[in-house]
Amino acid sequence: MDIQSILSAATGGHGLAVNPWASVAYLIAGVLFILALRGLSSPATAQSGNRFGMAGMTIAVVTTLLTHAPVTVDGALDTIGLVEILVAIGIGAVIGIVMARRIAMTAMPQLVAAFHSLVGLAAVAVAAAAYLNPQAFGIADAAGQICTVSRIEMGLGIAIGAITFSGSVIAFLKLNGNMSGSPIMLPGRHVINLATLAAIIGLVAYFTFDQSPWVFWTVTGLSFAIGFLLIIPIGGADMPVVVSMLNSYSGWAAAAMGFTLGNTAMIITGALVGSSGAILSYIMCRAMNRSFISVIAGGFGADAGPSDGGSKEQRPWKPGSAEDAAFLMSQADTVIIVPGYGMAVAQAQHALREMADQLKKEGVTVKYAIHPVAGRMPGHMNVLLAEANVPYDEVFELEDINGEFAQADVAFVIGANDVTNPSAKTDKTSPIYGMPVLDVEKAKTVLFVKRSMGGVGYAGVDNDVFYMDQTMMLLGDAKKMADDIVKALSGSGH
Amino acid sequence: MDFIAIFSIFVLACFVGYFVVWSVTPALHTPLMSVTNAISSVIIVGALIASAAAGSASSKWLGLAAVAMASINIFGGFAVTARMLAMYKKKER
Repeated sequence: MDIQSILSAATGGHGLAVNPWASVAYLIAGVLFILALRGLSSPATAQSGNRFGMAGMTIAVVTTLLTHAPVTVDGALDTIGLVEILVAIGIGAVIGIVMARRIAMTAMPQLVAAFHSLVGLAAVAVAAAAYLNPQAFGIADAAGQICTVSRIEMGLGIAIGAITFSGSVIAFLKLNGNMSGSPIMLPGRHVINLATLAAIIGLVAYFTFDQSPWVFWTVTGLSFAIGFLLIIPIGGADMPVVVSMLNSYSGWAAAAMGFTLGNTAMIITGALVGSSGAILSYIMCRAMNRSFISVIAGGFGADAGPSDGGSKEQRPWKPGSAEDAAFLMSQADTVIIVPGYGMAVAQAQHALREMADQLKKEGVTVKYAIHPVAGRMPGHMNVLLAEANVPYDEVFELEDINGEFAQADVAFVIGANDVTNPSAKTDKTSPIYGMPVLDVEKAKTVLFVKRSMGGVGYAGVDNDVFYMDQTMMLLGDAKKMADDIVKALSGSGH
Repeated sequence: MDFIAIFSIFVLACFVGYFVVWSVTPALHTPLMSVTNAISSVIIVGALIASAAAGSASSKWLGLAAVAMASINIFGGFAVTARMLAMYKKKER
């Protein structure tokens, strides 16, 4: 037996009658996608990883174009059809590249949510196309009915795709500020959501007996609805978890379509992306000490706010100026900078890096400490610092740097609050109790840049660090404060 | 391919995904998300099959729409990832 017939015997049965070389090409594409993620283990190898990803995608697309060239009804090559496909790719390419070039790094979470919604909608479109033309996908039996296994895969694909789409649209609107970040609570929403989910699962099961259009389109409609319903009660503070979760869903949607088509590239990718999103959701939940269920149930970040505002005692705190801060830091051996999202909102990252440069010139060791939820999505703060030309080997994760605060002369907190709150370690009644925090209070001096003493963080809790003896509060806009410190440092005449 | 063969690939790929993703440095979690976004658009394979097939006009147009959407993701996802990764620099010594 020659290799060709062994391979085709091995691939016969389910899905399309695939050319064995095409199967090999899809497998190579899948392996290249694994290498793309593997490259991200270090910034040094990440760029080559991204190129592996592009190569994998090129192989997958070219293989499909070769094995499934558009044909007319009588089997000849359909040139117009091919042009239409290339035009569709071209339109997508232009829009995609323009978006990628223009997007501000602070807006990355919105961009990712928008991209997720497109994956979801594309999955819905593909599943619908497969439902309308099952012969083209090789999933119809002799009588023109869709195979049972394919019906389950298709039902799951369309449900997950539709949830990904509508959920991502809501996440986008919340992140982009088109929609209030505060949770919208429908009365009886848990009952509505569970009933809708049960209906979707029941109808997908029923779809295996009856492939009538009403079943298919009802599943689609209900899945779009549940995506909206699931995300509207989730507050802005939990969006990092939601974006990661939708990342995971977009992967499972791709995997479900991969099962329908018997395509290894899609299945491998779907599994990779699905695991990746799930792990990132887990990391984000752990960083906020929240269970995944409580995030999904929603409601966090409502108007819980400073509820006992009136009864709050006025505690003494020490104000400071940019000159004081410049003097303290220039005398220090080690300064650890703790940036939070407020720093990015104020666009202070470039001024901050200039400040660090000045300090380094004076012989001060400068390090950055990043809490996992410092930005609006996993790793967001690292990107914002990288954009401001902060070298990545000066930037440390919480568990790597927390032991160093005790030896540091100055902890410089800018735009962060809850992630430095020591009550998360000691006060069992605090809403953030149990959340891992940066131990800034252990530094000899804490410089805390904050807009005013009135505001509180997302969790609405007061921070004891403000009132400690070694803390100096630098009230004002983060960018202006960083600029003033730079001026004071350069004026100090070294 | 029979279902069990495909399912085996899927399960093994989940394990590969688990270990590979845990090895990604937290500093690169945002690029990880944008690149997974780009590669999950491998769903374009299904879209291309739909838009190339004869027999159903609505299926073909759904396919073409999906090709365009997936292309936005593929080009946009890889381009924005490349843009971010180019910003990560080591300390000059």
